[in-house]
Amino acid sequence: MSTAIEVRDICKQFRLYNEKHTSLKERVIHGGKMPYTPFWALRDVSVDIMQGETFGILGRNGCGKSTLLKCVAGILKPTSGEIRVRGSLAAMLELGAGFQPDLSGRDNIFLNGSLLGLPRAEIEKRFDDIVAFAELEEFIDNQVKFYSSGMYVRLGFAVAVNVEPDVLLVDEVLAVGDANFQRKCLDHVKRFQREGRTIVVVSHATEVIRQNCKRVMVMNHGKVITVDDPGEGIRVFLADLLGVGTLEGSESGGIKGNVFAIGTVQAEHGGSGNRMHLYPGESLTVTADLDSLAAVPNAMATIAIHDDANELVFASDPDDSMCAIDVPEGGGIVRFFFPEVPLLDGTYSVSVGVRSATDTAIYDWKDQVTKFEVANPGRSTGRVRLPLDVSFRLRSTGTTGEVPVVGAAFGPLAGWEESTA
Amino acid sequence: MSLSVEDPASAGSEPERPSIIGGSTRFVPGQSHDRITVVNGKVQLGQRLKDLWTNRDLLILLTRTELKVKYKESVLGYVWSMLNPALVLGIYYMIFKVISRTPQPHFAIWLFCGLLVWNLFNNAAMGSTGVVVGKAGIIKKVAFPRELLALSTVGVALVLFVIQLCVLVVFLVGFQLTPDWKALALLPLAFVALVVFTSAVSIFLSAVNVYLRDTQHLTEVLLMAWFWATPIVYPYGQVADHLAKYHLTWIYLANPIAPIAMSFQRAIYGQTSYVSAKNNPAHVSTPLLPTASLDKYAIILAVVLVVSMGLFLLSLIAFGRLEGNFAEEL
Repeated sequence: MSTAIEVRDICKQFRLYNEKHTSLKERVIHGGKMPYTPFWALRDVSVDIMQGETFGILGRNGCGKSTLLKCVAGILKPTSGEIRVRGSLAAMLELGAGFQPDLSGRDNIFLNGSLLGLPRAEIEKRFDDIVAFAELEEFIDNQVKFYSSGMYVRLGFAVAVNVEPDVLLVDEVLAVGDANFQRKCLDHVKRFQREGRTIVVVSHATEVIRQNCKRVMVMNHGKVITVDDPGEGIRVFLADLLGVGTLEGSESGGIKGNVFAIGTVQAEHGGSGNRMHLYPGESLTVTADLDSLAAVPNAMATIAIHDDANELVFASDPDDSMCAIDVPEGGGIVRFFFPEVPLLDGTYSVSVGVRSATDTAIYDWKDQVTKFEVANPGRSTGRVRLPLDVSFRLRSTGTTGEVPVVGAAFGPLAGWEESTA
Repeated sequence: MSLSVEDPASAGSEPERPSIIGGSTRFVPGQSHDRITVVNGKVQLGQRLKDLWTNRDLLILLTRTELKVKYKESVLGYVWSMLNPALVLGIYYMIFKVISRTPQPHFAIWLFCGLLVWNLFNNAAMGSTGVVVGKAGIIKKVAFPRELLALSTVGVALVLFVIQLCVLVVFLVGFQLTPDWKALALLPLAFVALVVFTSAVSIFLSAVNVYLRDTQHLTEVLLMAWFWATPIVYPYGQVADHLAKYHLTWIYLANPIAPIAMSFQRAIYGQTSYVSAKNNPAHVSTPLLPTASLDKYAIILAVVLVVSMGLFLLSLIAFGRLEGNFAEEL
């Protein structure tokens, strides 16, 4: 298999000017000097993207992934190094393609198609499909400046995919439009994959990468951290780059004008190694230091877990007798043990509280006091890893029972013939 | 966990290709891969020239787009586009013919010949300063030879040139003035030299304006000085002696527009001098243009063309160097 995109030692320097003089007048006034700080957006980036591959580029904002994409697209010129792209290329960068606001949607389709290298006759042939895909039949003769942002992006994507490029570059645009349009876009991406076209997806959304890509490159500060399969790449991204996954502890000032206080809260995973995140299904232990000047009988320990969108994932049953603790004078350590955490990717925060079992009094409540990170090495997506068992049996109502078939080992046609016979 | 149960209906058949929009080109991997695009920091002058040629359709489309935005593709729109040159012509005619009472016959035609040349250069140069900045949306999203944007303003100016040329022909017929048929052979050469020179200036200005945004205003002032340094309103014959006295003739003629404008005047206006009937008992002729042979005109135009081609290449190199950061600067 040949390479579709060869990136060789690409460096890109931007100049960050303290004060940018964009006119000759200003330059003359300031004696032609413009102090700047060099900023290397890309440093010695080399990667081979194979033909027919769906390749993800993952990184934080400002890591250089969009700059790299713009260099591949030929929109920015690298400071040094070389990129070779085989075949035609279309890029979907951020919000839509470059449209002329004064022109109608119709004229913009022709202009944009031509800019992407499509001959006029070919555009005419595909015109209706493009309009239908963008769902803009009514508005196609309106000036683009009156389009909503959704319409704008739909039209851009419709043109880009209809150019039928050998290489499609996609920058965070799969998340635009309504659900129906997203599905259409993904259908197209899937079709391109089937047809053996090369797709490069840039995102900081791990889910998009995990679902669509065969390989992923993780970038940070303009450098390549790793090129790996999505599961491992995303793990590296989460663990090393986001700096999350630290099972951090929190310090507390102890008792403050109260007889009871929750001190240090810590979360630990039950897995091996000193990684800072846990895998789905591993155990989690949360320990909280309790300081008390007096004995507190009939206390209830409660724990709650929120996800990174601050949605409650779990809160312990406040009346569960298992949570009842008797805290003696001087306090102690309360330990919450989850034998299995079925959560998938994400950062989760832990809140710990101690309240009275007999009335509504809350002795202390530490809201989102510590965090833990779950990194999913597999390709399943979503919030929770539900236990799953898949089996297959023929429709024959026979008494021979179920024949579980795993993987591609089953022959569907034979099965159908048998069942209809 | 592995989930690999397939839908029995499609598993045995060819993988279906749903919703192939357009549908005409079935993708064959490797087929169109002979085209390799190389992106690097170099200017690649040869590649640039090649790209300009292969994208000539795009140039036409960009020019049409520009015209569409400006004149809405309507007849009235184009009539409107003639308003400015007509007013300029009218004003100069008023000042020189009615107020200053120049005795030159068919002064309007004389003016028109020079203004025709000047308007092409002026429109393209003025338009090009803003074109890259104005098309920031496209430049940031699509890769294409961006020089085409500057050239599209030359294209727009060319369309207006053709319209003005038609009006000039009507004028000639109306005034019953015959051009110098032999000298008309100069026009193609003069025209090509004008277009190449104008393109060079336009490409250069369009790139510089991205970095120095007041280029637009400076150009405006410079063009005004340039206009008066070119024999358009006044005949070259009127300044030739003064220039010779101060040894400025070559500096004056180093302005490529000057020989081009003079060639147009020589060919269309047709006279190199005239004899005024008023206050001129000795019938002294007033010189308008050098009386040099047409061959000499042609040689000078050829030199202008060669220099313009050199400038065109230089402007492409300058554009290529400045282009690398367009997407960031805009």
